[in-house]
Amino acid sequence: MQVTMKIFRFNPEKDTKFHYETYTLEAEPTDRVLDVLERIKGYEDGTLAFRRSCAHGVCGSDAMRINGRNYLACKSLVKDFGANITVEPILGLRVIKDLIVDMNPFFENYKKILPYFITESPIPEDGRERLQSQEDRERFDDTTKCILCAACTTSCPSFWASDDYFGPAAIVNAHRFIFDTRDEAASERLEILAETSGVARCHTTYNCTVACPREIQITKAIGEVKMAMVTGKV
Amino acid sequence: MKTHQFEVVVVGAGGAGLMAGLYASKTARTAVISKLYPTRSHTGAAQGGVGAALGNYEEDHPEWHTYDTVKGSDYLGDQDAIEFMCNEAIPAVYELEHMGLPFDRTPEGRISQRPFGGHTNNATGKPVRRACHAADRTGHMILQTLYQQCLKNKVNFFDEFQVLDLLVNNGAAVGVVAVELATGELHIFHAKAIIFATGGHGRIWEITSNAYAYTGDGPAIALRRGLPLEDMEFFQFHPTGIYKLGILITEGVRGEGGVLINGKGERFMPKYAPTVKDLASRDVISRAIYLEIREGRGVNGSNYIYLDTRPEVVNKYAAIDGRTNLDGSPVKVTAEQLLHKLPDIIDFNRVYLGIDPMTQPMPIQPTAHYTMGGIPTNMYGEALKDETGAVMPGLYAAGEVACVSVHGANRLGTNSLLDIIVFGKHAGLRAAEYAKGADFQPLPSDGLDFTNQQLDGLRNGSGKENVLTIGNEMKKVMFDDVGVFRTEEGMTAALAKVRELKERFKQVRVTDTGKIFNTDLLNTWEMGNLLELAEVVAVSALNRQESRGGHAREDFSKRDDANWLKHTFIWMENGKPVIKYKPVTITKFQPKERVY
Repeated sequence: MQVTMKIFRFNPEKDTKFHYETYTLEAEPTDRVLDVLERIKGYEDGTLAFRRSCAHGVCGSDAMRINGRNYLACKSLVKDFGANITVEPILGLRVIKDLIVDMNPFFENYKKILPYFITESPIPEDGRERLQSQEDRERFDDTTKCILCAACTTSCPSFWASDDYFGPAAIVNAHRFIFDTRDEAASERLEILAETSGVARCHTTYNCTVACPREIQITKAIGEVKMAMVTGKV
Repeated sequence: MKTHQFEVVVVGAGGAGLMAGLYASKTARTAVISKLYPTRSHTGAAQGGVGAALGNYEEDHPEWHTYDTVKGSDYLGDQDAIEFMCNEAIPAVYELEHMGLPFDRTPEGRISQRPFGGHTNNATGKPVRRACHAADRTGHMILQTLYQQCLKNKVNFFDEFQVLDLLVNNGAAVGVVAVELATGELHIFHAKAIIFATGGHGRIWEITSNAYAYTGDGPAIALRRGLPLEDMEFFQFHPTGIYKLGILITEGVRGEGGVLINGKGERFMPKYAPTVKDLASRDVISRAIYLEIREGRGVNGSNYIYLDTRPEVVNKYAAIDGRTNLDGSPVKVTAEQLLHKLPDIIDFNRVYLGIDPMTQPMPIQPTAHYTMGGIPTNMYGEALKDETGAVMPGLYAAGEVACVSVHGANRLGTNSLLDIIVFGKHAGLRAAEYAKGADFQPLPSDGLDFTNQQLDGLRNGSGKENVLTIGNEMKKVMFDDVGVFRTEEGMTAALAKVRELKERFKQVRVTDTGKIFNTDLLNTWEMGNLLELAEVVAVSALNRQESRGGHAREDFSKRDDANWLKHTFIWMENGKPVIKYKPVTITKFQPKERVY
């Protein structure tokens, strides 16, 4: 099929403002949007810049806006968007070049919620694994899937509207530790998330849940964090 | 140009690089440099599990793991290193758990384990549950956990810095040159010890499970700096990639009872591996699939077959095989259980093929997957400069980029995640220890010259050739003729083609003249790496006149221990390959015929 792809372009070394360029080319309906971008870069315009690596939805490099909504380009097939496809960078982060945005603020927010296992208790005397029941492991299973692609955070109106909201991805990763029975820093993380830049900024618009390419139930996870904050129980 | 100084510099931030960074930074000033954000690394795509003989479900021993790995390697693995890895596996997996890795659990709350290809109970020959797993995203969980631990321990990261050269002075590695992607500026990292953990080079082949980033930067740089590469003819073709796309479908699917079915509806693996059937070693299964297709038993006469994990099919063959649960009851699975154990696999099928594996079989074909060869090292991660085992001072390598060799001619599933955590750690420890006892050696005066020379070449070509076209031609000829099955004739033609492409590559011109995120320039440089390595792979493969593990020659169809029980070391000297050999270390297991 013939596809017309309209792409957001911005070259900081030449442009003072962004513009769109349109490319028309043949594509298979089952091609990934990423495949089409690769062909445009390879044959039409080598200067087109975007990030990508695994190309099957597990590395989180290629989150972008496709026809107005956040997706991973490698998990989006042409047939699901039709013959006219508009590709733009994710919102709320500074555009560096074309589809590449500055991810540092996103990772800085992630780092604020202590995204690592914290425990004071010694490891078992026999040196083997800490025990955890299957049920306890299941409680945070969903939030372990996060690939830090930023599709959720950059779809969130509260994130767009403020400079300091941690954003859904950071809360998802806090959830992963707060609800892990082996971790012992839940109260510290809840305290951090109780700050004005924390979960209070979430107005449950569900954009994040819709945007997540890993199908994490983000709004539900944020709800569980809010509940833990209110009840003091995890 | 900016110069930085660190005692240890780690290049690459996948599992091996993060583990090395974590351990080296305990005692030495360390930087981890990566062309990707660390969490984008290809470790995150690993699915099925990490091997360790924990015995959480049933009897298992590191000695059995060692033997299985030696056998899996088709006796080309060095047995001292394999034994070390399999013994270290147990504390290494516990350490990951202690770092918070969310493994799946047994009913008793211990780390859950599943069967995997080539891992057996050595007494019965039957599959053993040895792969420690977190659903079908074990690599993702390892990558996340190690990155988190690095943040916790304040490891210095240089994210989106791509290393382009290794600096050598007076025979020692003294630094690297890297480009900062966001500015295009070149940086020199002056170091006492450098650890390459740059991953594999599967992008040489047309159908591959490998990420775009898997362009062999580390070995290509080493080769250009006069260092040898080891066993480059050995590359693993994983039997189950999604048809045409090559996306990996974990062996864990077969570990959970999935079976391979040909176009006639027959389960064919019992013909090729009567004891472990669909859980034979990967090289064995990839060849079986090729033979089925060649004999006209592909699906609809095409070049793919089915991997079937529909619950009724799993249960049918579980009954035929007499598979039982640990309590002796017959295995019977439900769609819900499979969905829980293999969520990503089901998602990949749904997204890319529009198929639900619970009601439809998955079309699959072998996919280029894993680099067994690479930068030669000893079991402490020290890079070797020749076939005598002499060490290159200051240079280390770990993970897929390295050839220790623990995988020999064919890697067992779950041993790559094991390799990165064990050898990443030991390379980090050894490099830090070396750095503590060493002074900084002076940098060469012409630090940036070789890098600039390479980049200028890419900017100043005639522009008559297109890099993507060259790349596609390379991938096709390598997949067709230096793939699962190989012949003298095919490989000779492939080598000639690759050499022609290398010449044509000189006519490529990068169109992006800017500095900021010039991915055009860097992708083109990466294609140059792949072309260099494709030549080395083809030369090494042509040279080895036997079949062993992942190197299957139709004109030399048997393993030949009398002449070929040895590692290949290859150098490029003035554009000409030079090959020498290193003996295999054999300790406990004398080579014998490999039957599954």
